[in-house]
Amino acid sequence: MNSMLKASVAALALGVASTSAFADGHALSGDLRIVSDMSNPAPRAVMEGLVADFGAANPDLNIELEIVDREAWKTQIRNALTANAPDVVNWYAANRMGPYVEAGLFEDVSDMYEDGSLPGLEAVKGAMTLDGAQWGVPYTYYQWGIYYREDIFNELGLTEPATMDEEMANCQVIIDSGRACYAIGTKFLWTAGGWFDYMNMRTNGFDFHMELARGEVAWNDPRVLETFANWRALIDMGAFIDDHQSYSWQEALQPMLDGEATAYLIGNFAVPHLREAGLTDDQIDFYQFPTIADVPQGEDAPTDTFHIPSNATNKDNARAFLAFVASADVQTEINAGAALGQLPVNAGSSVDADEFLEQGFEMLSTNAQGGVAQFFDRDFPAEMASAGMEGLQEFMVFPDNLDDIIERLEETRQRVYE
Amino acid sequence: MTTTQTRSWYKRNEIAITPWLFLLPGLFFFAMYVIIPIFQSFWISLYEWNGLGKLSEEGEWVGLGNYERLLGGDRKFETSFWNNLKWLVLYLLAIPMGLGISLFLNQQVRGIRLYKSLFFFPFVISQVVVGLVFSWFYLPREGLLNAILSWFGSDGVNILGDPATATYGIIAAGLWPQTAYCMILYLTGLNSVDPEQVEAARLDGAKGHRMLWHVILPQLKPATFIAFVVTIIGALRSFDLISVMTNGGPFGSTRVLSFYMFEESLSEYGFQMGYGAAIAVILFLIMLVFIGYFLWSMYQDEKGAR
Repeated sequence: MNSMLKASVAALALGVASTSAFADGHALSGDLRIVSDMSNPAPRAVMEGLVADFGAANPDLNIELEIVDREAWKTQIRNALTANAPDVVNWYAANRMGPYVEAGLFEDVSDMYEDGSLPGLEAVKGAMTLDGAQWGVPYTYYQWGIYYREDIFNELGLTEPATMDEEMANCQVIIDSGRACYAIGTKFLWTAGGWFDYMNMRTNGFDFHMELARGEVAWNDPRVLETFANWRALIDMGAFIDDHQSYSWQEALQPMLDGEATAYLIGNFAVPHLREAGLTDDQIDFYQFPTIADVPQGEDAPTDTFHIPSNATNKDNARAFLAFVASADVQTEINAGAALGQLPVNAGSSVDADEFLEQGFEMLSTNAQGGVAQFFDRDFPAEMASAGMEGLQEFMVFPDNLDDIIERLEETRQRVYE
Repeated sequence: MTTTQTRSWYKRNEIAITPWLFLLPGLFFFAMYVIIPIFQSFWISLYEWNGLGKLSEEGEWVGLGNYERLLGGDRKFETSFWNNLKWLVLYLLAIPMGLGISLFLNQQVRGIRLYKSLFFFPFVISQVVVGLVFSWFYLPREGLLNAILSWFGSDGVNILGDPATATYGIIAAGLWPQTAYCMILYLTGLNSVDPEQVEAARLDGAKGHRMLWHVILPQLKPATFIAFVVTIIGALRSFDLISVMTNGGPFGSTRVLSFYMFEESLSEYGFQMGYGAAIAVILFLIMLVFIGYFLWSMYQDEKGAR
């Protein structure tokens, strides 16, 4: 065991030495202060490993790592960026960067994309682009889709559906067997955003969804109403578990574990939880969200990122660290099933041999012709996202309030995008 | 030479200056962290500003625009305002409940200290813990409340998931520690009730309610005043319970003004410092009514004492 650990550390250090030599040509010195939000156990270990490896490759570099709670970081970041800013911070891609980019708090790192220090990142560049420049470097992303209880599907004689009609036929069988089709916990609202993303992308297509996110389409547009009508068909047939407004997404895993609900529309980060709770890979499986209209499929695949604050003091060291994190070998290493268990952002990396990572990678690279969205609260501006998700939660509990919800969202849209 | 001069000047004015010297640190921090921020909030509320970058550079002057939007039919504001009123009225139940428990506990029985401390216990634990305990108690599937209700053959209820009942559910949780607080205030008050007056009233034939209303309660007036003050303040700063138990939900039905202010200006999706500040100003004005009343009645007391 011990020797195995040593061997892997040595191998990693070797890989590291070669990549950083490739990126810089010389060892770094001075300071590097990193504030990370990777506070869950597995990501935390990854972050600490990254710092250890980067430190091993640059012995003269004094690295200071501070890990803050992931939820708390969402509100703390604004203070961290202004007063005594660290050199590297974690954040999210797309519009979630908006406020900080507009306020000039994130460093423009377009030069790194141009001078070739980020080979293999061409495909994800778009998610990091705002106002024609790039503002950070991604380090991981993950697919969304329907995770379901394979054993219950087998018991009921169901197969993975490809269209919404098949999905609803399956769902009727599931309901008749005394179960709910979908677990969901909307206490913290965003899970409802996932459902809207998919219903809207499948009903009206990816491009329309992005127009809505940019505020170019009204919420009371008949096409949006059609999305809600399709969604309502599922709500009315009792597809979702009861009282989901009282549960967090983690708490809502319980009905799925107990077999009271058969599926969950969620990101790949739910898989470790399902496995830890005792479900084997024979009991869980994954399929792409079924099609509704004849439009190219768009997918949600949120990207997590590293950024350099504009007020940072050691920007050169920070750039080197960003290049290190995004390099092909490191990407393979940190996104492996035993580490983050997600997808690498670098085209030169390999995806770990894991049932869900392989399916997700396959889906995103071959069957997402519509485009890849970040997620409701990352694509829509902050204020629209918060009002939107609140309305979506209300819709899922009281679908009859739709007219009123739409009116409120439209009012918010007219103010937010003006 | 100079030192003796300064010293003598200080010596001459010692009586006048010393109190101010003692007050200085307190005044400084009070001004720094309370008075000045109040006026800063007023100022920020006149801008549209996302809280990033300098107000003078990034902020856009909108005058009373934030207030127009706030008072001109913002439904979130209306919900928050009515919830604040519910909190103010229902939270006052802690006073009679605290009085009742303290009268009950004000007796000499073996182990009464233990009972008193058990009743006081909820006030000692953190509000966050109270909130968590109650939210588990209310859980629709596995909560204790529904287990109890099912013994009586009643259907399950989802108190915190139903916008019609969620606020009351949180207030009930808040009443638990607040009642304990009022109880302890009344217990100390009861210690100072004059036994001779009670004796005299008894000789005059006062009993039960009449005794309580005309003899005991007037002597508890200082305790009642303090209980009233802390309960009103507690109701207006009911932030942590809401944050822990419902996070303002379901669909924003349990917001109060302080929570709404936090959401708009400081939370994950809140980048409207100006609008948040306007909410804070309105909340401050509401509080000012009570603060004014408290100051006035304390002033009256001081005058009476003189």
